[in-house]
Amino acid sequence: MPGRELLACPGTHLETPAAIEARSLSKRYGSIEAVRGIDLEVTTGETVALLGPNGAGKSTTIDMILGLSEPDDGAVSVFGDTPAAAIGGGLVGAMLQSGALIRDLSVRELIAMVASLYPQPLGVDDTIALTGLEEAASQRTQKLSGGQTQRVRFAVALVSNPRLLILDEPTVAMDVEGRRSFWETMRELASRGKTILFATHYLEEADAYADRAVLMAGGRVVADGPPTRIKAMVGVRTIRATLPVAEVAELTRLPGVTAAERHGQAIVLSCSDSDSAIRALLERFPEASDIEIAAAGLEEAFLELTAAQSSLGAALPRSLRAGAQPS
Amino acid sequence: MSALPYTRFELLRTVRNRRFFILSLVFPVVLYFLVAGPQRSNRDLLGSGISAPLYYMVGLVAFGTMSAMLSSGARIATERAAGWTRQLRISPLSPRAYFRAKVLTAYLMALLSMVVMYVCGATLGVHLPAGEWLKMTALIVIGLAPFAALGILLGHLLTPESIGPALGGGVALLAFVGGTWFPLTTHNFLYSIAQFIPSYWLVQASHVALGGRAWDLKGWLVIAAWTVVLTALARRAYRRDTGRL
Repeated sequence: MPGRELLACPGTHLETPAAIEARSLSKRYGSIEAVRGIDLEVTTGETVALLGPNGAGKSTTIDMILGLSEPDDGAVSVFGDTPAAAIGGGLVGAMLQSGALIRDLSVRELIAMVASLYPQPLGVDDTIALTGLEEAASQRTQKLSGGQTQRVRFAVALVSNPRLLILDEPTVAMDVEGRRSFWETMRELASRGKTILFATHYLEEADAYADRAVLMAGGRVVADGPPTRIKAMVGVRTIRATLPVAEVAELTRLPGVTAAERHGQAIVLSCSDSDSAIRALLERFPEASDIEIAAAGLEEAFLELTAAQSSLGAALPRSLRAGAQPS
Repeated sequence: MSALPYTRFELLRTVRNRRFFILSLVFPVVLYFLVAGPQRSNRDLLGSGISAPLYYMVGLVAFGTMSAMLSSGARIATERAAGWTRQLRISPLSPRAYFRAKVLTAYLMALLSMVVMYVCGATLGVHLPAGEWLKMTALIVIGLAPFAALGILLGHLLTPESIGPALGGGVALLAFVGGTWFPLTTHNFLYSIAQFIPSYWLVQASHVALGGRAWDLKGWLVIAAWTVVLTALARRAYRRDTGRL
């Protein structure tokens, strides 16, 4: 592919400050506490997924990293400087959530327009090739499909040739093919030493493409570690059954069960290991009937984790963090 | 960063926009021939001392250039709605360069509208010495300064849905009060309001044809005051307008 060498970062310095360093970052909108004191460090060259359901505070966090909104408390630095300074120096490229494009320009013209704002942009044709926009290049931006629009938005973030690339739910409007080629390009960029932070609510994306996943829920970081570990944590299944007699406390003590609830005649068990749990359940309560085992949605899993965090204090994420980043 | 390449693309977008052509170029031309055409031989429009073709030419220059200046507001409103303004904020384009590009684009569009109207005026027999053409043009360019700020201000306050009617109605009202359609003399009830409105002073630029000064001190003060106030408000609106829409 042409121009790939352009993507390489000029010289890596060992003493370079963290790409992103956020300390007890907080933001409230009226009565809503969108972000409640999060710490986040992203080292140069890392690919980090910011994982969480809608309303977890991902976009608000990204807005503060980009200097689009001021934190109420705490501070954030980008490459050791203020967000404004890093952005003024053209070090950061970003694809924001839910943006559209301005009209009355061709795709090529729009990319060239953005390129003209940066000190060391990529070539316009290279960017078009990287994002697979060759066929759409001379089309007006208002005539593009949703998937093409996302690609152009990606191109807009990329043409700046940034050291740090921030993407807020980049694949939301993409089709399957678009997603695949998008992540291929991302892998390529990561291998060239770019630092990448992307927000997503797809666990699979974090698992497949990130070195590290930071799990957010309710404005807090609830876990921070290798994606496989996060996947194990949120890979919760639930067992539902009709079981009129059992005590909730007793059900909670079954192996593989993290929480139990009773709804009239029915019980619901949240399980970290549903295989062990079902065996134990049937052994202990053979009369259980109407049994269903289902994978919990991510939303449910996140809620579970948030609940776990508030009952255990901050012990859970801290232990994970220690395991994730041996120093 | 230099804002020049950026301004070039802004211009390209603007001239490709059909709404701009209709409001700032076609509409004033059609109105001009409708109103001034039948009175082309009137040498003294309602005692103003100015010929009908010249008076209405400048009146409609005021109309067209105000539209052109304020159309930057429509572009800003749609850019905000598309999230583009936020995208620009995370680029090295400084707010100063952003404003410069917006104002420069608006002025170039206003100049285009002005040239078109001058040509129309000439076909209806408007004849002025070169010095007076230049003097008149300079006054109009200066008189448009508050409208450059007003366009940016409205663009950061209104939505794409509301800005169309706001600009259309606003320009019509400002043109009416400013005297686009009939000369405002001291006897006219509108005069006491009009002299504090910048559009009045745009229309007054036609008085260069009478010799002497077209604007008195009050004219300069009104234009300067509106420019200062609207610029401050536009800057404030831009600063506050950082959120997601």
